[in-house]
Amino acid sequence: MTALVLLDAEGGSILQTSRSAIAAAAKLGEIDALVIGSPDTIEAAAADAARIPGLRKVLTAASDAFAHSLAEPLAALIVSLAPSYDHIVAASTAIGKNALPRAAALLDVQIIPDVMEIVDAETFVRPIFAGNAIVTLRSSDAKKVLTIRTTNFDPVPAEGGSAPIESVAAPAHADTSRFVSEAHSESGRPQLETARIIVSGGRGMQSAEGFKILDPLADKLGAAIGASRVAVDSGFVPNDYQVGQTGKIVAPDLYIACGISGAIQHLAGMKDSKVIVAINKDEDAPIFQVADYGIVGDLFTVVPELEKALG
Amino acid sequence: MKILVPIKRVVDYNVKVRVKMDGSGVDLTGVKMSMNPFDEIAVEEAIRLREKGSATEVVVVSVGVAQAADTLRTAMAMGADRAILVQSEESPEPLAVAKILKALVTRESPDLVILGKQAIDDDMNATGQMLAGLLDWPQATFASKIEKTGDGIEVTREVDGGSETLALALPAVVTADLRLNEPRYASLPNIMKAKKKPLETLQAADLGVDMGRRLTVVSVAEPPGRKAGVKVGSAAELVEKLRNEAKVI
Repeated sequence: MTALVLLDAEGGSILQTSRSAIAAAAKLGEIDALVIGSPDTIEAAAADAARIPGLRKVLTAASDAFAHSLAEPLAALIVSLAPSYDHIVAASTAIGKNALPRAAALLDVQIIPDVMEIVDAETFVRPIFAGNAIVTLRSSDAKKVLTIRTTNFDPVPAEGGSAPIESVAAPAHADTSRFVSEAHSESGRPQLETARIIVSGGRGMQSAEGFKILDPLADKLGAAIGASRVAVDSGFVPNDYQVGQTGKIVAPDLYIACGISGAIQHLAGMKDSKVIVAINKDEDAPIFQVADYGIVGDLFTVVPELEKALG
Repeated sequence: MKILVPIKRVVDYNVKVRVKMDGSGVDLTGVKMSMNPFDEIAVEEAIRLREKGSATEVVVVSVGVAQAADTLRTAMAMGADRAILVQSEESPEPLAVAKILKALVTRESPDLVILGKQAIDDDMNATGQMLAGLLDWPQATFASKIEKTGDGIEVTREVDGGSETLALALPAVVTADLRLNEPRYASLPNIMKAKKKPLETLQAADLGVDMGRRLTVVSVAEPPGRKAGVKVGSAAELVEKLRNEAKVI
């Protein structure tokens, strides 16, 4: 069995999420990696990929069309390489989630997203109903196309290998989509989905002004800031802060919930965090049932104290 | 511009689902069902494009059991012009749904298909991308802004680390993210009016699509529970525990 793993590169280096995807694919047999990019970035990314141990080879496809990982040319490339592989794998990042289902449809295969565990070559475990149930599925497709929930797999090392690099040609595709511009998040804070620590606020923050009390704590911890749906619906913060079933699903090492009661909608988005801390003045709030550590008290007193105690 | 909006009837997002004792699935008997929240956003966006004069007709479609007709009525009460129900088993797989939708696109010839980015029951996040692939149309997933331009659309999409804007030629497929808009509530007069709007019912089998499942469920289990935590007395004690016991800071 041979798997093709699509790697994400940023600034010429392979992301940790891609190394988690390789760790997952290791169970499936030999692994070839695929690196795409514009002609001027591809060499650095390919060299970085080649240093990852455990790869049979690194395939590179360079084209201006790949500079922004548009789904149309990327899916066409994956389909052109597919005949040599039994499994096609990527991390469940924005790029994997965008391109792999398209490639799967072109291969007439049902995509299997967010795989948490690989049981064997055709049996996979994934969450459904926002993680409220875990399903084990067996695929009858000739080829399996998977995205990997990276928080479930420890990444393979970045160094130690010396895989050969081989370039492949990008197939022609219809020129119907074009990159226009991009905007990076201005907060300077880590993104919610990839942050190691998240500080989150709910109804108890009382106002947009009140929500700002979380800023110094998040800055000191190098944390991302999240929110419950109530905080978003009340206009305290924009809705891209929302953690929950209809927002973002996160699993950081540390999740600090401030003034969040712990409705199921919210719990669905964060209950896989390694350590959960709850700060709430209502000692009966459901959040305390999932919290590893809880403080019963007024968050407007406790949060500044916590920031100070961090030194 | 004609817009097709596929919508799905799913368990209401406020319901905590329970896994059946025998591990065969999730117990949905007597559970409240609603329109998938991301599909409400898709419907809202299509209606707004029509209200701005960018679109002429909004057609909603659902693939699923007979009761999905209620979900289609809800979309028409929000403002969709007409509806098509393709009857099938409960929650068919995204590949089969994408093939059904492709058959409807061939019949209806929309310029734009707007879907939700994912359904909150199977959490697949795949149907829009699969449909775009089958049609060989361009796609813009996780959209937070859609604008009609001269001969196409510009779509801003949520990506890891920020957002990016793409220009797509029409026809195209777009999937809606949470940030795209705030869906409206249907007013009582509009709910009454929606009962008179046309709803056509088709059978999946009549569209020549193989609905056979590619994935079989081996088992469904509860996620592992969390062990009970402790309450601490002060911020200083909390920091000490996070540093020395949990070792996360």
